[in-house]
Amino acid sequence: MSVIAQAAAPRRLARSRFTFDRLEVLGPLFIMPAILYVVVLVGLPFLLALYYSVSAYSIFNPSYTFVGLKNFREVIDSEIFRRTLANTLIFTISAQIIGLLLGKIGAMLLMQEFPGRRLARALIVLPWAVPVSLATLAWVWMFDSLYSVINWTLVAAGLIDAAHRPQWLGQEDLAMIAVAVVHAWRLFPFGVVIFLAGFTSVPQDVLDAATIDGAGFWRRNYQIILPIIAPIIMIAVIFGTVFTFTDLSVVYLLTKGGPINSTQVLGTLAFQVGILSGDVAHGAAICLFLFPFLLVAVILLLRSLRRREI
Amino acid sequence: MPRLAGKVVGQSSFYAAVITLVVFAAFPFYWMLITTFKTDGDLYNLKSIPYWFNAPPTLEHLKYLFEDTLFVQWLSNSALIGLCVVAITLLVALPAGYGLARMPGRSGENLSIGIFLTYLVPPTLLFLPLARVITLLGLQDSLWALVVVYPTFTIPFCTWLLMGFFKSVPREIEEAAIVDGCTVVGAFVKTVLPLSVPAILTVVIFAFTLTVQEFVYALTFISSSSEKPVTLGVATDLIRGDIFYWGELMGAALISSVPVAIAYNLFLDRFISGITGGAVK
Repeated sequence: MSVIAQAAAPRRLARSRFTFDRLEVLGPLFIMPAILYVVVLVGLPFLLALYYSVSAYSIFNPSYTFVGLKNFREVIDSEIFRRTLANTLIFTISAQIIGLLLGKIGAMLLMQEFPGRRLARALIVLPWAVPVSLATLAWVWMFDSLYSVINWTLVAAGLIDAAHRPQWLGQEDLAMIAVAVVHAWRLFPFGVVIFLAGFTSVPQDVLDAATIDGAGFWRRNYQIILPIIAPIIMIAVIFGTVFTFTDLSVVYLLTKGGPINSTQVLGTLAFQVGILSGDVAHGAAICLFLFPFLLVAVILLLRSLRRREI
Repeated sequence: MPRLAGKVVGQSSFYAAVITLVVFAAFPFYWMLITTFKTDGDLYNLKSIPYWFNAPPTLEHLKYLFEDTLFVQWLSNSALIGLCVVAITLLVALPAGYGLARMPGRSGENLSIGIFLTYLVPPTLLFLPLARVITLLGLQDSLWALVVVYPTFTIPFCTWLLMGFFKSVPREIEEAAIVDGCTVVGAFVKTVLPLSVPAILTVVIFAFTLTVQEFVYALTFISSSSEKPVTLGVATDLIRGDIFYWGELMGAALISSVPVAIAYNLFLDRFISGITGGAVK
């Protein structure tokens, strides 16, 4: 098309205008600001994080003295960090599994036509649409140590004794469950929407043909629909996992990582060490444990994005 | 008759499942709503049934929220940050999306996937070094820090969405404009942009909602109450020591979530098709 542009431009035009008429010149110029923004505010900070992690930098002693892998060794040696890493894995995996299951069930329900379907969908999507910090506050109130509506209901139903009300955010095992449930709650609408989009993309004639050939409900579900929508689900899982694994806000607002680090995750620990205690070097080292995991996510995402084009 | 009974059982278990799921999803919002309008005496009474009003509803909490807290300031901070981020995003992502869409061969596609991938880089990985960058820029403890940082996740996502859209605009339209004497930029502004209004609207909504939802960077960079966006202000400033103002807190959470939730709901399908890379239309 640049050829057309050249031919059309009258010769008397200034040379500069002529240059700016060529898409080969303009294209990179158009793209440059976006790339610059990403390089300056994502790329460079990432390099800075890498450097922090091998330095002795803290806000009290802002020196960039190189200390090698000392920070990483100290982090791995710490009991709290190992517990944090395990917590992060447990709560990411459990939230993903609950989220996906509920997502699939929700999508299968919403595939049916019934009165009030649009309203049901809008209500189900709410937890995903609302700002996470505000939605989490509602849960903090619902898990309140004294006025928890959940406990009130359990007592009223006779399931627990009023004198031994569970402290959802104050007991080590329960706090973990609470955090995972809130995450699953926030994540499952995303699953519903993705599964729904997947289901509607399966061509009806394929399903009809399968039904005629004698495929029942389960066979249609697991041997026809699931393989067709697998790439979409894959992308949803990648995003969901990344959002959960790297999350800080839900845990920060619900428990601040407590009690006794039982819900500490990488994000909150890094925040505590790097910002609140000012030990930037160790904080950066903790954050960087996210990186190998992110790398795997990126590679998987690249593969799914490529595959869909073939 | 057994067939009818079976149908009734099937129907009612179907509705039971739908209702259970809807209640699970929406109950916290119902809880916000009812807490907002309950009197303190009613809220902190263990004897009465909490699901409904046991004393007449009150506007006391909302009044306190609007008159005696910085809530209005936080709302306007969020709106200001949102608008600035939307402007920066459009300014950067529109030409980038177009440039990528019109690059020859697969290079545009590959480059745009590269940009899109930065959307996966989480705030958790970057907040420590970015805090330093913000200090270098002299923006610590100012809402302008967020205006600078938020485009790092809106630009990748919106560039990706826009590139997908521009690819669907036939080249012939611009070529015709160029033959008629337009420059490349002129053709883009005069023919492509007017066709892209729906895509631009989507990008505006997304950049805005993604910005309003963010919490981690705000928590890290901002400590003065008057500079906080609403998500941070409500979550940190309405809690004084161990005393929670639950009526005010829930009222604030509800008021700030509703517009975001509605906007998001309307554009959800486009968000999904963006995230799945157009695999779902």
